[in-house]
Amino acid sequence: MVEFDHVTKHYDAPVKRKDGKTTRTPGAVNDLSLTVPAGKICVLVGPSGCGKTTSLKMVNRLIEPTGGRILIDGVDAASRDVTELRRSIGYVIQQVGLFPHQTIGDNVATVPRLQGWSKDRLRARSDELLSLVGLDPAKYRDRFPNQLSGGERQRVGVARALAIDPPIMLMDEPFGAVDPIVRDRLQNEFLRLQEELAKTILFVTHDIDEAIKMGDLVAVFRDGGVVEQFGTPAEILANPASEFVARFVGADRGLKRLALSRVSDLDLVQPAIGVVGEDAAGARERAQAAPFGYLLLVDAARRPLGWIPEGAIPASGPLDPALANPVSPSVNKRTTLKDALSMMLDADVQASIVVDRTGAVQGIMTVERVIEMMREGEHGQPFAVVDDEGVPIPGVPDESLVAEAG
Amino acid sequence: MEGQPLVDFDWILSHLDDVVERLVQHVQLSIIPVVLGFLISLFLAIWAVRQPRVYGPVVAISGILYTIPSIAAFALLIPIFGLTLITAVVPLTTYTLLILVRNNASGFAAVPADVLEAAEGMGYTRWERMRRIELPLAVPLMIAGIRLAVVTTIGLATVAAILGDSFGGLGQFITEGLQTFFPTKIYIGAVLSVALAFLADFLIIKAERRLTPWATARAGRV
Amino acid sequence: MPDILGWLLDPINWSGPEGIPSRLIEHLQICLLAVGTATAIGLPVGLYVGHTGRFAGLAINLANIGRAVPSYALMVGILPIALNLAPSVGYDPDLGLTFLPLFLAMTLLAIPPILVATYAGLREVDRDLIEAGRGMGLTERQILGRLEVPLAVPVIIGGFRTSTLQVIATATIGAILSFGGLGRFIIDGLANKDDAMLFAGAVLVTVLALLVDAVLAVVQRVLTPRALRGKPAPRRPSDDDDEDRIDPAMFGVRTVDVSA
Repeated sequence: MVEFDHVTKHYDAPVKRKDGKTTRTPGAVNDLSLTVPAGKICVLVGPSGCGKTTSLKMVNRLIEPTGGRILIDGVDAASRDVTELRRSIGYVIQQVGLFPHQTIGDNVATVPRLQGWSKDRLRARSDELLSLVGLDPAKYRDRFPNQLSGGERQRVGVARALAIDPPIMLMDEPFGAVDPIVRDRLQNEFLRLQEELAKTILFVTHDIDEAIKMGDLVAVFRDGGVVEQFGTPAEILANPASEFVARFVGADRGLKRLALSRVSDLDLVQPAIGVVGEDAAGARERAQAAPFGYLLLVDAARRPLGWIPEGAIPASGPLDPALANPVSPSVNKRTTLKDALSMMLDADVQASIVVDRTGAVQGIMTVERVIEMMREGEHGQPFAVVDDEGVPIPGVPDESLVAEAG
Repeated sequence: MEGQPLVDFDWILSHLDDVVERLVQHVQLSIIPVVLGFLISLFLAIWAVRQPRVYGPVVAISGILYTIPSIAAFALLIPIFGLTLITAVVPLTTYTLLILVRNNASGFAAVPADVLEAAEGMGYTRWERMRRIELPLAVPLMIAGIRLAVVTTIGLATVAAILGDSFGGLGQFITEGLQTFFPTKIYIGAVLSVALAFLADFLIIKAERRLTPWATARAGRV
Repeated sequence: MPDILGWLLDPINWSGPEGIPSRLIEHLQICLLAVGTATAIGLPVGLYVGHTGRFAGLAINLANIGRAVPSYALMVGILPIALNLAPSVGYDPDLGLTFLPLFLAMTLLAIPPILVATYAGLREVDRDLIEAGRGMGLTERQILGRLEVPLAVPVIIGGFRTSTLQVIATATIGAILSFGGLGRFIIDGLANKDDAMLFAGAVLVTVLALLVDAVLAVVQRVLTPRALRGKPAPRRPSDDDDEDRIDPAMFGVRTVDVSA
């Protein structure tokens, strides 16, 4: 794991004032204390120039702190040999920085080669990594970087960083230089990779959406490397610790939260259901008893056919499909709440039918249920996370939340 | 010279060993300054990369040396070194400096910043970075400089012969042809020096292709 | 060490057709003529090739050839031909003995640097700028005159500078063909084993060259927009694929740098 212990970075020297006191303009990073648990992706997010990249670069000592320490698995990074330190940490940057004069295969094998691996081992490892990031080794290993597209280059960059299987990875806007479609794909693939590899990752981005998507934990930075809030994405969205965080997250944080939850997280409403061919009388009773005033007509396989208003249900006789009105949109349990509500908005309905893989009805999701769920997620004051005395404490993660993230 | 045929091929054929001897002298006279110049300028360029403030003065001095007309430079050294090889080699070397220092420095400057950052971040030491990343990537521009320097030096070496016959080389033919009103010698000297320059140019381009496979591998995306 | 100071201070050497002033004037005359002619030829062609992009390959090849041909070889090479042609074309053979070969050699070799520099300078102008100009309705002439040339001026002057230096040097060598000029002192000094004259001649030529170069350097610097005055080119990211760029320095064109 990686720990920042009162880390500070100043670029200018202190100035002695006339009254004897020394002053200094605030540094790029001021007294940063943060713990990144092992095996998690911790995203450092914030506006340009807030010190997130500077903080990242202090971990592999591309920038040396002027104060404080950075502990890697309990050992002060400053006490380690800098070359050995850097070779043990995976490093991915936005422009990738592949060596133009070396083949892709050689690029990937950079660090192992520096450590003296044999040619065979290098080649095997290089091929293995290329496959891991979705590139066919036979096709790519002898190509040069200038023959690859931006997305392909990014993948190679990630493969290269993984070469010696480092426990820690530093990623500085790694997906920033590609178009949104490619970026989305790369993000998804990387998350899948992380599920397998469980590395400790520090990830810098200025894009709050990326932070929410990628992070197990998110640290929101403001100018001067000050962490305004450190918590899970859900926590940041539901309970921004300050107005800065609320603004940075965006006025649409409600919608962003919806993207984090799925239909499966909801309590579904069970409607009155009638099967085709069944006797109408019993169905009618059920429909009248139910809150909606509608009966959901399904077929033998429990697939929805339509709604019948209770008044239109005949007193007796088999239920006829012709009575049913066209069906509202249906969603499955994996659909995000955001997409589901979007569909409902499109169709101009209040409720959506939830079906399983076979298409059978599971229940109904309603807008009210969604709002209820959102409200349950929020606790405390609108902006601040408070301690026992009610004093807001930004930057300190709630222990229970960290556990929850893990 | 009126009435003389411009080129007497019989003479050339019967004096082939002279021609070859002068050719070899000329090659020697051209290569030594370029090699020396390259080593010096490489050192200067690396220094300039480490200490950017050095670059300005280095270029200024090289520039001044370059501005001095070749024959004057040779003439300036004669009273000091006499008509020895040094008198020819020193100015020829300093002429290459301006071209080579600028191209070498540009070569290093052309290495993309992200490549350097990635190399540093991944744990290359300074030396390794210079040797494995910066130098190889600087090669294209450095070779362009060498090309220019070689061609220029071959040309300037012809002038050395004006000062006397101790340097030899193809310029010698030109001077003798002039003094004895024998056009054949003039043309063998002139044509061969141009041919030599073209040959050198061609060979260096070929060498560059060999050394930079990544630059030629442009064709189409995978 | 030869008594150079004595030679330079001797008034004899400052008077008459063989004195320093007359030689200097001879030197400058032919240089101006050669550079003027070369500019008259090279500049328009360079402007055309640079603006339209056509015949660029030809232009570059021409420059390569120009670099490879030594001036000494060229001028002496022209000599026999000029002499043979003199009677048939009808000019004084003496002209063919000294002035013509030298002048032709100087001019021919002065064209490539100007041409290439003009071409390269124009090519360096941002294509987007030119398109914007076209889009605003500027004619091709106006684009060339108001956009491209002003931006390319520093490089063009660099080519001019290179050419001028080359011409000064070639004129010095021209003394071998019985031409006058400052080179005369060097050649005569060599022939007569007069070290003082030899060295003094070399010094004079050097001073002339340095002075002219310094003046042109100042002109070049003054005409360079502040933003372009530079150090070695800034690092570009590795995905910047600019194949079309030609670095004028590749062709020996003097560009503006920090101190020059």
